[in-house]
Amino acid sequence: MYIYDEYDRTFLLQRGAEFRDQVERRLAGALTEDEFKLLRLMNGVYLQLHAYMLRIAIPYGTLSSDQLRMLAHVARRYDRNYGHFTTRQNIQYHWIKLEEIPDAMADLATVGIHGIQTSGNCIRNVTTDQWAGAVPGEVDDPRVWAEIIRQWSTLHPEFSFLPRKFKIAVSAADEDRAAVLIHDIGLRLSRDKAGHLVFRVMVGGGLGRTPFIGKIIREDLPSEHLLSYLEAIVRVYNAEGRRDNIYKARIKILVHEIGAEEFARRVDTEWQAIKDGYLKLDDTAVDDIRARFRYPAFEQLQDAPFELAAALMNPAFARWHENSVARHKIPGHAIVTISLKPVGGTPGDATSEQMEAIADLADKFAFGEIRVGHEQNLCLPHVRQRDLPELWRALDAIGVATPNINLITDIISCPGLDYCSLANARSIPLAQELTERFADIERAKKVGRLHVNISGCINACGHHHIGHIGILGVDKNGKEFYQLTLGGKADEHAALGQLLGPAVPYDDVINVIERVVDAYLELRESEDEVFVETVKRLGIAPFKERAYVAG
Amino acid sequence: MVAPQQQKLRIAGPVAITGNRLGDGAVVWRTSSGDWSKAMSDAAVVTTSDAALALLHEAEADGVRAVAAYVAHVDLDAGGRAQPLNLRERIRTQGPTIMLPGEG
Repeated sequence: MYIYDEYDRTFLLQRGAEFRDQVERRLAGALTEDEFKLLRLMNGVYLQLHAYMLRIAIPYGTLSSDQLRMLAHVARRYDRNYGHFTTRQNIQYHWIKLEEIPDAMADLATVGIHGIQTSGNCIRNVTTDQWAGAVPGEVDDPRVWAEIIRQWSTLHPEFSFLPRKFKIAVSAADEDRAAVLIHDIGLRLSRDKAGHLVFRVMVGGGLGRTPFIGKIIREDLPSEHLLSYLEAIVRVYNAEGRRDNIYKARIKILVHEIGAEEFARRVDTEWQAIKDGYLKLDDTAVDDIRARFRYPAFEQLQDAPFELAAALMNPAFARWHENSVARHKIPGHAIVTISLKPVGGTPGDATSEQMEAIADLADKFAFGEIRVGHEQNLCLPHVRQRDLPELWRALDAIGVATPNINLITDIISCPGLDYCSLANARSIPLAQELTERFADIERAKKVGRLHVNISGCINACGHHHIGHIGILGVDKNGKEFYQLTLGGKADEHAALGQLLGPAVPYDDVINVIERVVDAYLELRESEDEVFVETVKRLGIAPFKERAYVAG
Repeated sequence: MVAPQQQKLRIAGPVAITGNRLGDGAVVWRTSSGDWSKAMSDAAVVTTSDAALALLHEAEADGVRAVAAYVAHVDLDAGGRAQPLNLRERIRTQGPTIMLPGEG
């Protein structure tokens, strides 16, 4: 956990008081909606179909148990007793009243969380690997660097009105769980031959109506230059990104239009002027931030303790263990993913009771720490293996132990037309139907690793382009239709999915997906060839042939 | 360039003015008496672009009680009262098509 200091706490209280005053003036009519809209967006307050929505930042997806309890309290006191975890490792409340948001923010500030920069054309919440600090083989804890970026980008005076929103992700393990290649800036941390920490810098990734995979503009950037190099990138973008057309305003369009090489050249020119200035990170500054991350006092334990071996005789526990438990860097410990994708549920939603129970379980079994992953699941990063059976029973009792991580029912979905004023079509009911169709976990296991992503409009909040199966809702003469893409990937080999064929009406989507899955089972070379590999090997054609045959 | 609010509306059938209540964001409909109602059936219904624009401008001028006002195409019941014409307005007036967590 990162421990905030007095400066952070004072800042949040002042910001809360400022927003309370702005809300009061708006409600009294002293501010017009045009004047107020910018102010509310800077604090994460949107207006959706039925109500206001408050988005709360969870920096690099890390929460303490006290923070999770506070999120539960806000859901119960000010909303409808649940929250929605998002693909940006944030949480959203969908029914909050503007009149009560200042009180909710004051409550959140008591545990150091807020909605600042979760909206607007600024640098958004920095995301990273939800297994940071726990996974074997990581070169460094990426959250240290995400925190450095958070401090630099929060209220950055030059970058409060960028051409468009700006998203940064950091990854430091072999397997990329932070989807860095689809970010405005993606950072991969490694060590050079001399053992120094260096960053690979990728720019211009992003989804939305014009999706791109990020391009590498710098290998082996010394870590002390991280902030000056980021500053140079955002300066070039701020000066040259388009402001005349919202659809062409993201950095990906600038990088695409001038080319990655030319973009890198312009960044370098800017960087040379500032690289040895005040943004250069000395070891003391980095060590100071690193020291404020508290790690558990891990016990010296052996892997596979007898409590675990005995529990594995229970098939239900064994199934969950195989699916939702990952290896930890410390022997005798494990990383546990908590599925927020129950059959028939809304992906990413958790009730206040579930959040409180998970916070209690984190205290009891996981050193009081919880993570949020961009896949809209939660994670306990540090669990003693001997505690896994008891933890599983407790998670199962509150409905968050579905053993479906990375399977077809572990769906990433935006809120869609059920909540969102931008959406063309619904996302959640499709996700629910798909989980019901593949509710048999043995069937889902047979299909294997398969990521389904659903977006209710081209803004792509459900990241459909990088789903192994991507689903995009479109409006056709007032009817909900859906385009399907196959072969997208979010990992270190990120790729955009290819369009399967004509859009299909709502009622046909699940049948089409089932036929695509059946085709895969028929076409795969072996059980080891996962869906996305079969698509890569064979292309779209054999799937298209089967998908559109009436069932 | 003509601002969207000044553009001629293309109206095909009955329309009403809707927005969200300022304090809590609830969906509201502009009534013929210049109030806002949560009941869609209370909405003032017009069928010409001039009448719709006039209603819209009145609604926008009332920026303290409701925000984000726009012209929505509506259906009419047997009594001539507004009803949702499309899925978006049905969801706005009746709520999400899914059960909320903890319900049911």
